[in-house]
Amino acid sequence: MTVLLYISNLIIPLTFALIIAYGYTKRVDLYENFIVGAKDGMKTVVDILPTLIGLMVAVGVLRASGALDYLSALISPLTVYLGYPTEAVPLTFMRLVSSSASNGLLLDIFEKYGPDSYIGRFVSIMMSCTETVIYTMSVYFMSVGITKTRYTLPGALIANLAGIIVALILTNMLFA
Amino acid sequence: MLNYIWGGMIVIGLVVGGITGRMQEVTNAIIDSAKSAVTLCITMLGVMSMWTGLMRIAEKAGLIESLSNKMMPALRWLFPEIPKNHVAFRHIATNFIANILGLGWAATPAGLKAMNELQSLNRDSNTASDSMCMFMIINMSSLQLVTMNIIAFRSQYNSANPSEIIGPGLIATLGSTVAGVLAALLLRKKRARP
Repeated sequence: MTVLLYISNLIIPLTFALIIAYGYTKRVDLYENFIVGAKDGMKTVVDILPTLIGLMVAVGVLRASGALDYLSALISPLTVYLGYPTEAVPLTFMRLVSSSASNGLLLDIFEKYGPDSYIGRFVSIMMSCTETVIYTMSVYFMSVGITKTRYTLPGALIANLAGIIVALILTNMLFA
Repeated sequence: MLNYIWGGMIVIGLVVGGITGRMQEVTNAIIDSAKSAVTLCITMLGVMSMWTGLMRIAEKAGLIESLSNKMMPALRWLFPEIPKNHVAFRHIATNFIANILGLGWAATPAGLKAMNELQSLNRDSNTASDSMCMFMIINMSSLQLVTMNIIAFRSQYNSANPSEIIGPGLIATLGSTVAGVLAALLLRKKRARP
């Protein structure tokens, strides 16, 4: 299992090596394209800053008021029974609906428990293998006027649930 | 949708804070959260720009096209309804590859074009075809290999090893996508149209 952690350390340098080598053989202007791409990335980050401010404030209010703790206390009998981290429940549901709101909740968990805690590691992996199902479905199907989506939602929920279960198992195996 | 979520979160927080008498904490949280959103963005500016810069090289070198071609046999198996050499395959491949590489800005336009082409092949324009269901389920099963924004977040909150989650994340992503494909195949059989 520790080979997975070894892979984690290798992926980013390996991606650099492969893309630079690939770009070199295709005779692409490496540095110039890097700069243009980095500038695009900066724009993306600046564009998400307002949503991040809005949602981090909203989550901050929820946290400071004690509402998140009450919610956790309320659902903890069920989550303890299922073996699921209680603090991750609001994030898990929000993840299906909105990526900016779920980022707000993710950062709240990092702030409160730290990214290297058991829960911090679990939600990091969980966020890497799930999608904003509800949002994506509405954008894509609305664009072509489909109203009957048949088995898309159950299928997507099964996929996301499988990802969450694998994330939980791996967190327990690697970090518990 | 976000209208209700955002408004709801704040109203619930204010009401609960009022009842529990934690208005001082709530006030501090409003100020501090807004501040930490900005410091977080400064970290993200560095990490995300580095990554999108690298990905731009991959894009310009034609990595998306060359990987799409390698994907074709798998796509023909996943989408038996689509006629051979139909342009829908190209858009689907571009969407999947861009998602795998984490190129959101390239993934969405290609995905919408793919839906358009699938709609032109659809017999009933109100109801999703099997190809659409399969495409959407895979698309929403999470394909991205390296979630750089999560790594940036972890780094901002002082993780000792922000990238340690890449390996387990890869396996979990693979698990969700395999489960999505299997679910789509099973549901397709079960709910076959008359």
